[in-house]
Amino acid sequence: MKEIILQTKSITKHFYEPVEFKVLDDISFDVYKGEFLTVIGKSGCGKSTLLYILSTMDTEFEGELFIDNQNVSRWKQDKLATIRNEKIGFVFQFHYLLAEFSCLRNVMIPALRLGKLPHDVIEEKAYQKLELLGLKDQALKPSSKLSGGQQQRVAIARALINDPLIIMGDEPTGNLDSVNTQNIFSIFKELTQEFGQTIIAVTHDNDFAKASDRTIEMQDGKIINQDYKFN
Amino acid sequence: MSKKKYPINTEVAYTYIVSNKRLTMVAALGVTLGIAVFIFMNSMLAGFDKSSSEAFFKSIPHIRIYKDDEISKPIDHQISQNIPVIINPKVVPANNTIINPKQVIQLLKNQSDVAFVTPQLTVGVFYNNAKTQISGRAIGILPEEANQMFNMESYVVEGNVNNLKNNINGILLGAGVASKMNVKEGDNISITSSIGMTKVMKVIGVFQTNNSVVDKTTAYINIAFAQQLLKKNASYITDINVNIKDYTKAKAYAVNLAQLTNYKAEDWETANETYMAATKMRAIIIRFVSISILLVAGFGIYNILNMTVMQKINDIAILKAIGFNGFDVVTIFVSQALIIGLIGIVFGVLFASVMVASLQSYYVGGDIGYFPIYFKLSNFIKGVAFGFGVTFLAGFIPARKAANVDPVSIFRK
Repeated sequence: MKEIILQTKSITKHFYEPVEFKVLDDISFDVYKGEFLTVIGKSGCGKSTLLYILSTMDTEFEGELFIDNQNVSRWKQDKLATIRNEKIGFVFQFHYLLAEFSCLRNVMIPALRLGKLPHDVIEEKAYQKLELLGLKDQALKPSSKLSGGQQQRVAIARALINDPLIIMGDEPTGNLDSVNTQNIFSIFKELTQEFGQTIIAVTHDNDFAKASDRTIEMQDGKIINQDYKFN
Repeated sequence: MSKKKYPINTEVAYTYIVSNKRLTMVAALGVTLGIAVFIFMNSMLAGFDKSSSEAFFKSIPHIRIYKDDEISKPIDHQISQNIPVIINPKVVPANNTIINPKQVIQLLKNQSDVAFVTPQLTVGVFYNNAKTQISGRAIGILPEEANQMFNMESYVVEGNVNNLKNNINGILLGAGVASKMNVKEGDNISITSSIGMTKVMKVIGVFQTNNSVVDKTTAYINIAFAQQLLKKNASYITDINVNIKDYTKAKAYAVNLAQLTNYKAEDWETANETYMAATKMRAIIIRFVSISILLVAGFGIYNILNMTVMQKINDIAILKAIGFNGFDVVTIFVSQALIIGLIGIVFGVLFASVMVASLQSYYVGGDIGYFPIYFKLSNFIKGVAFGFGVTFLAGFIPARKAANVDPVSIFRK
């Protein structure tokens, strides 16, 4: 019996601007602990929107969202912030680092916010994560001085710092070359297999999706295939 | 957890301040100008108000105590109401002296709210020069006490008020009288009192208030000499001037003093109703100008600080995405705003002080002298409190707003 870590029940979402539009329609699926899940679909099919809802950063939807057996659908902003801090690591499509801080600081900030470890331990841990992503030598540079691909890797390191239950990525390898994509892929694989962390990634990269444990296919706001098989 | 949590909010706020030095400087400068203008304008208004009041109280006490004229009353209470009685009330020709003035003065001095008490005796006189006669009034005073009360030194333009007490027959003339009589300090002048006593007096000085009626009619003499001019003894006093600690409370306090002394106590507001109307209007103008400055400066400060927060709106979304809650976000931006505010306020207070000091040493001339502007502590306190209040709100309001929305709704914009 696999343990469910995240579950959606009939999630539906509308956009009202500029015209009313149903961007997600009756989305229900389960994600299991230690699973490496990818979501594919054409541009505009709602997969990024879905991921934002799963990450609790978007609360305007109908239906239910369960994370770690808690129904978080109607939680207040502050409670959601805590769950994001502790249990979710998010990698944006366009890096989104804090430009005024060094790479190291960017990686450390979620852990400093959580405040469970002393400062020096967090720093050590952040160095490890950066090293894992091949960025140790860039650690003290301001994040704005890095290339897009490097920034994306810093963002991945940041998502990993608090050892979250679920790591979500919106095109996490979108800006990366094949070597780095391969590296990220093996990191994700290891996290799921060795440490039981869960990965949910939205991607356009079929090779990336093909190698994951399971792929959900979306089209026009609906899930059309819960376990897409590549030929 | 025994270890104190790392102050990450403070670190983020601090980093924003030092890594955007130019924006920090511009925002702080905005606060500086707002605070400086606020303090400076309020100091100017306070100075203007104070100099107007001071000019007014140069010749008028806060409360004047005197014996009012009495109207005769018919002694008809026993007569039956059916019998018509012709009555003709008149002012009782009793003298209007205050009985046992020393005791009354002592009684007044013992009141806790009373700041200063001095007797006065006014004599109607003619100033004689050859065949010209000018009517006026000579005010008998105790020179030292009157000087303290009315700050006479500040408007004596020739001679010295202290010479009055050394010369029993000295006279301090109004500038208008002096020029009409063509006398100056050291000259002699002959005056005739209302009961026909003529005395030669020595001009020991000339004063000039900004009230030409006073300057053209009034002279100050020793109270003892005034008593001589009226052929009265040394206890003949018609007026007791009282200054209280807060002149704005004179009206209420006059009632107390009237009950206490059994004489008529007239406060300065009642005695000068026209002036009071002007004062009230002035107070309203000052209040509105002050509020306008508050609004304009406050809006300026708010805008520029609001800008610093709005510039970081994307960072707010990122911080929220990685787990910062509303309180954290508000703390970060309120501390940023308050630190910028603090820098701005320090320079604003310095700037205002420099402006007040430089204007204070500007000589306007006339009977105004130096420009009337003062370092009034309450203005500086108000300015600082106002600055912190506005900077707090300028950080708090936009941060609070951003803290309560989904991070995604910020990214989507």
